[in-house]
Amino acid sequence: MAPIVSVSNLVKTYASGFQALKDVSLDIEEGEILALLGPNGAGKTTLISIICGIVNPSSGTVLVGGHDVVKDFRATRSMIGLVPQELTTDQFETVWNTVSFSRGLHGKKPNPAHIEKVLKDLSLFDKKDNMLRELSGGMKRRVLIAKALSHEPRVLFLDEPTAGVDVNLRKDMWKVVEKLRETGVTIILTTHYIEEAEEIADRVGVINGGKILLIEQKKDLMKKLGRKQLRIDLQEPLPAIPETLSSYDLKIEDDGHSLIYDYDTSGERTGITTLLTALAEAGIRLKDISTRQSSLEDIFVELVGARA
Amino acid sequence: MNLEAVKSIYFFEMARTRRTLLQSVVSPVISTSLYFIVFGAAVGSRIQEIDGVSYGAFITPGLIMLTLLTQCIGNGSFGIYFPKFTGTVYELLSSPVSMTEIVLGYVGAAATKGMMIGLIILATAWMFVDLSIAHPFVMLLFFVLTAVTFSLFGFIIGIWAKDFEQLNLIPMLVIPPLVFLGGSFYSVNMLPPFWQAVSHFNPVLYLISGFRWSFFEIADVNPVVSFAIIIAFLAVLMGLLTWIFKTGYRLRN
Ligand SMILES: Nc1ncnc2c1ncn2[C@@H]1O[C@H](COP(=O)(O)OP(=O)(O)O)[C@@H](O)[C@H]1O
Ligand SMILES: [Mg+2]
Repeated sequence: MAPIVSVSNLVKTYASGFQALKDVSLDIEEGEILALLGPNGAGKTTLISIICGIVNPSSGTVLVGGHDVVKDFRATRSMIGLVPQELTTDQFETVWNTVSFSRGLHGKKPNPAHIEKVLKDLSLFDKKDNMLRELSGGMKRRVLIAKALSHEPRVLFLDEPTAGVDVNLRKDMWKVVEKLRETGVTIILTTHYIEEAEEIADRVGVINGGKILLIEQKKDLMKKLGRKQLRIDLQEPLPAIPETLSSYDLKIEDDGHSLIYDYDTSGERTGITTLLTALAEAGIRLKDISTRQSSLEDIFVELVGARA
Repeated sequence: MNLEAVKSIYFFEMARTRRTLLQSVVSPVISTSLYFIVFGAAVGSRIQEIDGVSYGAFITPGLIMLTLLTQCIGNGSFGIYFPKFTGTVYELLSSPVSMTEIVLGYVGAAATKGMMIGLIILATAWMFVDLSIAHPFVMLLFFVLTAVTFSLFGFIIGIWAKDFEQLNLIPMLVIPPLVFLGGSFYSVNMLPPFWQAVSHFNPVLYLISGFRWSFFEIADVNPVVSFAIIIAFLAVLMGLLTWIFKTGYRLRN
């Protein structure tokens, strides 16, 4: 199946001369949830802004649903819903009007039943006649999501949707995202919270310094880059690592009460069996063994650190 | 053509207008009344007639133009400046609307509001002076053309402006003197030849003269020339707008 969003060799140089995107290529499959992970200034918002039509690309092409975002902007923008990073709202409008306005802008006939459903899904319906300036930041964020959903998009961009958002809204938001995914909507979200990507994404892309460092299925990513740690708690403390074990990359922790062994899960041999045998031969008695999988965060830090 | 979007923008803007209508009407009505009282009564007692028209009636077309110009520029510029200022412009830029549709929505609403207030000023004038309109259709033509042209002018100012100061610069500082020196309160034929010549560089003179002709059949310049000048100004603005849209000037990075 052709990707729903296809970015090829995208470059963006701002008027200031700053190059925010350096030859970015990326395909997004219909129906997936893609998390773009990257620190501030990585180029996430710039990338989204170009796909949505807010920023002009310097070179390269972006196709949405097979249409070029510059030449055939009507077709592409009709498909896209955008929740921007900044909380920008018409302070003096009511929730209902501002959400209906978004639908109209996208060329859709008024449909109060749909607007009502969107507002209810976001627990906004009882606020429909309130002016936006009367709402809290979290509520405004909900309104921005409602605006993006008002015209039934096929692709939804959420630019740092949980920045400064409370737990309730996060939960509501993931519920809405889950529902949307069931109806086949493609969702792209940016974040610098790793847990978020880990929680809901199917695929994770890591972007830094205007480059996509990698983009992989979350599971593969965890497997590929996922290092595991074996922690061995000892019956009696060891003052130092015995000579016989020096060929293993071991660390001592807890004043000699624990040994830490790092290994790669993707390797043919983890070396665990031989290590345990060696420990037994050295007469070291074990109290407990546990393993820990490295999180996306570790992966991320490793990647960005290594290539920065 | 995304008509639904044009309608949405237009009615969204008109809703904002409705909320602020009272304050937008009160101030021009009061100032117009003051002009009639001060100029009509004080000056009018000395200059009783110009070209056979009572002084109060003579100044009416100029006063309507003053309101129409400031209102249309003000509304046209604010309509697009405000979303730029608050950041909600992201939505216009990411919607399937062409620049033409954005202009139709915003300029249409700005011109509508300007004309509503212009008509209210005309009604106010009727309370002070006897007015007759010799060529109602020509009057309407000038009225609508001026409203659209200057709303478009405002729209361009709104895109250009980086802060409120720049936004207000032209409607507050440039338009009033041009209107006053454009023969609102006198016929330029009453001026010495040198100042007559200078006045002809003032585009607003042509607007007021043509508009006044539609009321009283008296004019400082041929009404056809007035008409041509408005059309020329409109054409210049359209050209400017086309360039703005092509380059994304101050809208799209
Ligand atoms: N309008 C602009 N002009 C110049 N530089 C910009 C502009 N917008 C963003 N940048 C720069 O581009 C880089 C990427 O920004 P952005 O896409 O917002 O990153 P992110 O969303 O990942 O934090 C940043 O260094 C930012 O300062
Ligand atoms: Mg950003």
